[in-house]
Amino acid sequence: MKKMRVEFTFPTKLIKEPIIYRLGIQFNVVTNIRRADVTEDRGWVILEIEGEEEDIEKGLAWVTEQGVGVAPAIGDVLEG
Amino acid sequence: MSYAIALRCRRCGREYPLEPIYVCEFCFGPLEVMYNYEAIARAISKKSIGSGPLTMWRYRPLLPVESDEVVDINGGFTPLVKAKNLAKKLGLEQLYLKNDCVNPSYSFKDRNVSVAATKAKEFGFDTIACASTGNLACSVAAHAARAGLKAFVFIPADLEKGKVIGAAIYGPTLVAVKGSYDEVNRLCSEVADRYNWAFVNINIRPYYSEGSKTLAYEVAEQLGWRAPDHAIVPVASGSLFAKIWKGFHEFANLGFIERVPTRMHVAQAEGSAPIVHAYAEGSKEIRPVKPNTIARSLAIGNPADGHFVLRILKESNGSACGVTDEEVVEGMKLLAQTEGIFAETAGGVTIATLKRLVASGVIKSHELVVAYITGNGLKTQEAVEEVVKPLIIQPSLGSFEQALKKEQQGETLEAQRVPGKK
Repeated sequence: MKKMRVEFTFPTKLIKEPIIYRLGIQFNVVTNIRRADVTEDRGWVILEIEGEEEDIEKGLAWVTEQGVGVAPAIGDVLEG
Repeated sequence: MSYAIALRCRRCGREYPLEPIYVCEFCFGPLEVMYNYEAIARAISKKSIGSGPLTMWRYRPLLPVESDEVVDINGGFTPLVKAKNLAKKLGLEQLYLKNDCVNPSYSFKDRNVSVAATKAKEFGFDTIACASTGNLACSVAAHAARAGLKAFVFIPADLEKGKVIGAAIYGPTLVAVKGSYDEVNRLCSEVADRYNWAFVNINIRPYYSEGSKTLAYEVAEQLGWRAPDHAIVPVASGSLFAKIWKGFHEFANLGFIERVPTRMHVAQAEGSAPIVHAYAEGSKEIRPVKPNTIARSLAIGNPADGHFVLRILKESNGSACGVTDEEVVEGMKLLAQTEGIFAETAGGVTIATLKRLVASGVIKSHELVVAYITGNGLKTQEAVEEVVKPLIIQPSLGSFEQALKKEQQGETLEAQRVPGKK
């Protein structure tokens, strides 16, 4: 089992979609929203995802495919 | 001994012990080192600083290390140059450049990594690591070599050659990641989670970032114990910006400088300017961007300390400016051709921002200005290759004089050309 913290950034067109619910159901991972700010036209959510490593990876790839930004919860770890 | 007493969450204020941790378990805010300033005030004075080593370690009581033997490649205490030629060109009277191009691994990152590598040894790690678009990679590799630590350095596969060689020469395990910006970020964050390494800008970040405070201390000391009216700082994650502000305030609280009148200005490249956008919109939240600029050392799309930078802009009555890649190149050339300093692209961003701030009247001609030049131009030569236009001649005096004549004629023609027409 693996636990991961990530930040999702939602564009306007996906605001109404139940992406996090589907991630949990389709990929058999437990999602736990820890911080969030969602308005009518955009939003970000920091969540913990727990599950088998392969499931998490597949799940995040699917979320990215949908058009949601997926990034480390602490901001970029790449530096100058 | 260390005067650091705890880590504290910058967002919710929860305290944590001084361990290799970096994020608040409750609100995910970044952790920051807290000190016993009363004890520091007893341990440090202008005199003791003045008789300290000519490196960043002259401010040791204000840095969070225990060991007597720090990992030191002699970073810091770089020149503060009075830039008379550039000042004249821009119409300023008191312009200073903090020239951090001349650090041992050629960027300001040596200040951070010297602290981080020392802490890594104190915590008992045998490996230090980082994910970097260049400067940090070079500095981590250099300090690891000095400290006898193993080093893993992750870089994007398409990085400038100067930076790749500048890191590889010290013998780290260099990992070039093929992938998008987001993919590199995610992979490195997962690697940091899995391996028990001192990832300098992740699990060692609270200590690592404190090294940047020395850029404020030095400027204040070199100005004769005062803070400038304006500081122009290139911004990527925002950590440098926040720590310079913290450093000035620590000096004021210790009574080393009278006050902090400094207006803090963010310099970013337009192609990676999430903080500039948030500032312009009056927003408290930073919207991540996908970086696209020649200023690779500033190409951070989701800045970890962005929120705090916005807060400092407000507190200091500062500003934020995004400049084009063309302005970056012009800035690099202007700096080199007026002051003899060859800075990397981030330096071009700073100078271009300075120009704009003077032109727009934010900076007045009589005010004391410090522009931070944080990395060396030899690392990003590709950006200014166009300057190479030699007179190519045969090995004879005749050939030389003919070429010289041609060039002078060219200059005359250039001078006669009507401005604006090509």
